[in-house]
Amino acid sequence: MLRRGMGAMVALGAVLLAAGGALAQGRDLTVVSWGGAYQDAQRDIFFRPFQQDTKSRLLEETWDGGVGVLRAKIQSGANNWDVVQVESEELLIGCEEGLFEKMDWSAIGGKERFIPSAVHECGVGNILYSFVLAYDKARTPTGPANWAEFFDTRKFPGKRGLRRGPKATLEIALLADGVPPGEVYKVLGTNAGVDRAFRKLDSIKGDLIWWERGSQPAQLLASGEVVTTVGYNGRITAANQGDGRNFGITWANNLFTLDSWVVMKGTPNKDKALQFINFVTQPARQAELPQRIPYGPTVKGAQDGLPPAVLANLPTAPANAEGALQLSDQFWLDNLDKLNQRFNTWVAR
Amino acid sequence: MSARWKAAALVAPLLLFLLLVFVAPIGTFLFRAVQEADVAPVLPRTVSVLADWNGAAMPGDAAFTALAKDLREARTRDQETGGGAIARAAARLNADWPGFRSLLPMTARRIAAAEGPPREALLSISEDWGTPAVWGAIRRAGGPVSDFNLLAVLDLKRDAAGGITAAPADEAIFRGILWRTLWIGALATVICLAIGYPLAWLMATAPPRWVPFLVAGVMLPFWTSLIVRTAAWMVLLQREGVVNAALQATHLITEPLPLLFNRGAVLLAMVHILLPFMVLPIYGSLRALDWRLPRAAMSLGASPLRSFLRVSLPLSLPGVGAGCLLVFIQALGFYVTPALLGGANDQMVPYFVAFYASRTVNWGMAAALSVLLLLAVVLVVALYGRLVGFSKVRTA
Repeated sequence: MLRRGMGAMVALGAVLLAAGGALAQGRDLTVVSWGGAYQDAQRDIFFRPFQQDTKSRLLEETWDGGVGVLRAKIQSGANNWDVVQVESEELLIGCEEGLFEKMDWSAIGGKERFIPSAVHECGVGNILYSFVLAYDKARTPTGPANWAEFFDTRKFPGKRGLRRGPKATLEIALLADGVPPGEVYKVLGTNAGVDRAFRKLDSIKGDLIWWERGSQPAQLLASGEVVTTVGYNGRITAANQGDGRNFGITWANNLFTLDSWVVMKGTPNKDKALQFINFVTQPARQAELPQRIPYGPTVKGAQDGLPPAVLANLPTAPANAEGALQLSDQFWLDNLDKLNQRFNTWVAR
Repeated sequence: MSARWKAAALVAPLLLFLLLVFVAPIGTFLFRAVQEADVAPVLPRTVSVLADWNGAAMPGDAAFTALAKDLREARTRDQETGGGAIARAAARLNADWPGFRSLLPMTARRIAAAEGPPREALLSISEDWGTPAVWGAIRRAGGPVSDFNLLAVLDLKRDAAGGITAAPADEAIFRGILWRTLWIGALATVICLAIGYPLAWLMATAPPRWVPFLVAGVMLPFWTSLIVRTAAWMVLLQREGVVNAALQATHLITEPLPLLFNRGAVLLAMVHILLPFMVLPIYGSLRALDWRLPRAAMSLGASPLRSFLRVSLPLSLPGVGAGCLLVFIQALGFYVTPALLGGANDQMVPYFVAFYASRTVNWGMAAALSVLLLLAVVLVVALYGRLVGFSKVRTA
């Protein structure tokens, strides 16, 4: 009797200890994304089904980007994020700094499942989006057909919107000047190439309006402030679908980039995190997102069954991806300081 | 004596408060303009070896050995802690020698596995290690303090030999920005004065029952957020906005005018926001004016203009001085209004502080530009004190 009592006590103690340990160790999988309408869509398509499927809890958080945030999380030793959606630049820097776990491709079905640009040492692409040329069909039924026409102020008189900063802007200037997409970064890597890009921009400097936030291009088009502008494809299509606009997109030589999922270094939920990434990158599941928000899927076969109307707005649709140029993060990591300075000087002159 | 100590004890909490929330944080931030804390912790041996180097020829083998050892250790440390120290050092060095952002991490990654003499190993990783400019950048950033950022905001830099030279023309930007900032501030002040003085005069001389309405009219904009007021101007001035629509409806113009994203829009909104700061001090000094004096001047034969110029205006100058100082100094710090309403040519120093602080995370440059702005303000205030004197400044 006594021994049984003792046994019960020991068992109880063990349970309490285990529970304490579980409290310290076993936090729920925490997934971090960009918030807003985008994360609402992710919740319906990815997060809730994952919880139901695995019978486990998933915590959501939002952030605004910036590798400093991730660095602070890891350095503090109290990181509570597991899976984070990052931009390509954060992927590159964070991987270099050891903020992320190396991607375990065998756990998520192998590299071959993904389009080549979605594969990285530390992350796997989850959406692909583009800088595109946009115009308002209500005012200009046939807009510029390519970047060269974007610079043609005689054919399309009026102001043009460009993103304030050298990134994407210099590439567009060179594309407009006739440089083939495959050689843009080779040309931009030389001083003569940078001069050439700025000379091209000089030719329409008086007709430029600079925007800084992704929401601005649609506003500038809607208010008639610009006749044509560079913009993020998702925002332009969203204005068409949500605000009843009739904006046109010219996909010729669009500049694309990807956001990726990464697993934070040292997370106790690594297996769960990989399970999550595997779950949300199944082709059938990825195919649901473009029907809500026009970002391109990164898994082979995800867009095969999509209706043509949805496909037409995706940067990954074969017709739209033709001649597209991937923004080079390595180039911009090396050259952003120098070209920022040059760009700021040029723009202020 | 004890009374003085008691008085000091009474104001001590205020002084302590000012020190803690004002002087200390701002001082710490401004110190970042000269602080060099990113490179030395990563490359301690390299920095100490390079201290004796003349900067012209290639450094000796000791520097290569030190660099290889430093990078191996720093990489191990970074991998263990996720500290990103190499990346931060690379970012700082990249500001001096573009290309470091990838050169340093790449070298750190490859040197870990490299064998053989350090000089050959480093040169085989990248030929850039064979150029003195790369080593010069490391030495300049060795710290603990340097004038790199302060020189940069004056469009200057140090050459390989350590002498100060002008930055290339296509990188020289900040002197022009500083002049522009002072010019826009001065224009806003003059316009505010031209509108504000008659308004203050009207308020001071109006029948008493009108005064509350006039004061409310001046104060009303005060109670609306600066951003809301700026955004309202966007709605009014845009191409298909209220102003253009009204002008077109009255057939004054046929094509919409480009009213937004230019200097005019910035000044318009700045004057709108800053006007109360001009009107209220002038109103205060006009209220305190003894109106028998101008009347006496006129009864002695002075014309109204002469009485104004010789009597009323000099007596209201303290208010004018206070108003101009308030408006000018605030105008120098305007950020949101030019950012939203101005074009690329209308951005002032605060825009670039924000640009470096939030966009490129270059705190050194942000702090150096802040120092520049602060010095400009101190200079203007000192000049004002010299020419006008602070004893004459009197606010309402």
